[in-house]
Amino acid sequence: MIEVRGLVKQYGAKIAVNDLSFDVEPGHVTGFLGPNGAGKTTTMRLILGLDYPDAGTSLIHGKRYAGLAYPMREVGALIDAKAVHGGRSAYNHLLCLAQTNNLPKRRVGEVLELVGLTDVARKRTRGFSLGMSQRLGIAGTLLGDPAVLMFDEPVNGLDPEGILWIRNLMKALAAEGRTVFVSSHLMSEMENTADHLIVIGRGSLLADCTMEEFIARSSGQTVRVRTPQPDLLAKAVSEAIPDAKRAGVATAATAGAATAGAATARPTATTEADGSLTVHGLTAAQVGDLAFDHGVRLHELTVVRASLEAAFMELTADSVEYRAGEGPAEQPAPVSEGAI
Amino acid sequence: MATTTQAQPILSALPPASGRAGFGGTLASEFTKIRSVRSTYWTLLVLLVVSVGIGAAITGGTAASWSHMAPSDRASFDPTQASVAGLFYLGQLVIVVFGAMTLTAEYSTGMIRTSLTAMPRRTVVYAAKATIFAIVALVVTFVAAFISFFLGQLLLSSTHDTATLSQPNVLRAVVGSALYVTLCGLFAFAVGAIVRHTAGTITAVIGVLFVVPILAHLLPQSWYQDVDRWLPDAAGRALSVTVGPPPGHLFSAWNQFAVFAVYTAVLLVVGAVLFLKRDA
Repeated sequence: MIEVRGLVKQYGAKIAVNDLSFDVEPGHVTGFLGPNGAGKTTTMRLILGLDYPDAGTSLIHGKRYAGLAYPMREVGALIDAKAVHGGRSAYNHLLCLAQTNNLPKRRVGEVLELVGLTDVARKRTRGFSLGMSQRLGIAGTLLGDPAVLMFDEPVNGLDPEGILWIRNLMKALAAEGRTVFVSSHLMSEMENTADHLIVIGRGSLLADCTMEEFIARSSGQTVRVRTPQPDLLAKAVSEAIPDAKRAGVATAATAGAATAGAATARPTATTEADGSLTVHGLTAAQVGDLAFDHGVRLHELTVVRASLEAAFMELTADSVEYRAGEGPAEQPAPVSEGAI
Repeated sequence: MATTTQAQPILSALPPASGRAGFGGTLASEFTKIRSVRSTYWTLLVLLVVSVGIGAAITGGTAASWSHMAPSDRASFDPTQASVAGLFYLGQLVIVVFGAMTLTAEYSTGMIRTSLTAMPRRTVVYAAKATIFAIVALVVTFVAAFISFFLGQLLLSSTHDTATLSQPNVLRAVVGSALYVTLCGLFAFAVGAIVRHTAGTITAVIGVLFVVPILAHLLPQSWYQDVDRWLPDAAGRALSVTVGPPPGHLFSAWNQFAVFAVYTAVLLVVGAVLFLKRDA
């Protein structure tokens, strides 16, 4: 269990973390999402006491990290896989970590085997690929058999097999009742792994909810309709009252003005190339009722769920720190194309 | 293909924990760190070769030219100081690099973040690092000092002007050289904690130990004599003299050493406070 309360961190004039509060609960994988520069790594560094916050606290099992009796037995944290001395062998790197917490030597060999680095245990880490370094870092986090695990962008540099491996590992660790807190700037990585999401942008909390809630609250949800009378339905949709209940993407979104605006816009219906209609701004039930009221026959009525990536892009559109070019401030949520 | 079956099959249970992680474990960890990188062995080998080699060159050269030397030069020749000169002039340079790197290498590699995650109690990490460095430096400088001394006396045997450890001040000069060089290393370690950058640390320490004394010589004589006894490197010059009167403007040998020790202690404390207070 990690508890973060009112965390603030400023580097010079730049506010990296701005009054951040959340809990990370045991028993599931919690994804920590945000665009590059959103403050994910800083938050993790603050939790671990590598950096000192300007305000606020972060507690693990009710204690500050530095106050834990055996930190590695309670928390396994991987912030930067390349933060090793390249001249030291994988085995000696893990040994020097294990010794600080009086962990038995045999654990070093065991975690090396677990991550598949036994063959290169005596090799200096300078020659390791980023993927091998990630595995070494993960091995380090498991040395103390901790109840809390924190990984910062762990799949960076891993090949598809490695990504699958770490996903399964994180799920297995969570299934054992551990707290697993993993950051990423790519929603697609979290889609199959995380049960809970904490989304931040520019250091502020944007969403703290389950994966299901996150998708459901997204305004990117659309309905696909097939009907022999598309014009009639399109007209009915455009005259319908927008659904007030769905206004506002995430209640925690303080910076989500653009997304809230999009959600309160009038419903639209777009004719697709295959003749189907794509309806934005209404639920499937509302579209069905509307069709019934107007005597329109339906051949298909399908909810097209927003992909997590689309929902994430929409939520963080305002808070992207680094953007290519001089593009528009609003990031599209591309469920279907050309919705006007 | 990796699958879920790979997760957690082979980890043995940990023994129950009691107490808390502290100085002992971190000391063992720091020893593992220092012995598990090649640069340690290279550095210490260079220290030994340079110290013993220069000492041998000076003593051997003196022995070869002894018959041509003026009596006054013979009288002022200090066989002890000559034999350990390699250690306290050039060994000093090597230990400065070694001492500086002990902490700055953790910053340049990023290892410091991993180290402080494993052991977040920073005072413990700092103290363990300094302790292990001091022990290794003491062992190597003592070995270098005594090898240099005995080899130097052996090479000087033809001159019949050799020193033995039982003569006045000789043991002090040999042991003092080792202690002085170790202290130079700790001085560099402390500056490294403050500067956190290898090149900057080495430049600063070399400046204080080598350049400042040269600049001090440019001062008017009376000023120089007042200033010199407050320079860190004066400790080495005071300790290593065994022939003739000690330099009159300096404190006694061990007091001169104490001046340097106080500087080093102050810097070690400043380094510790910064190590504790700053973001890693």
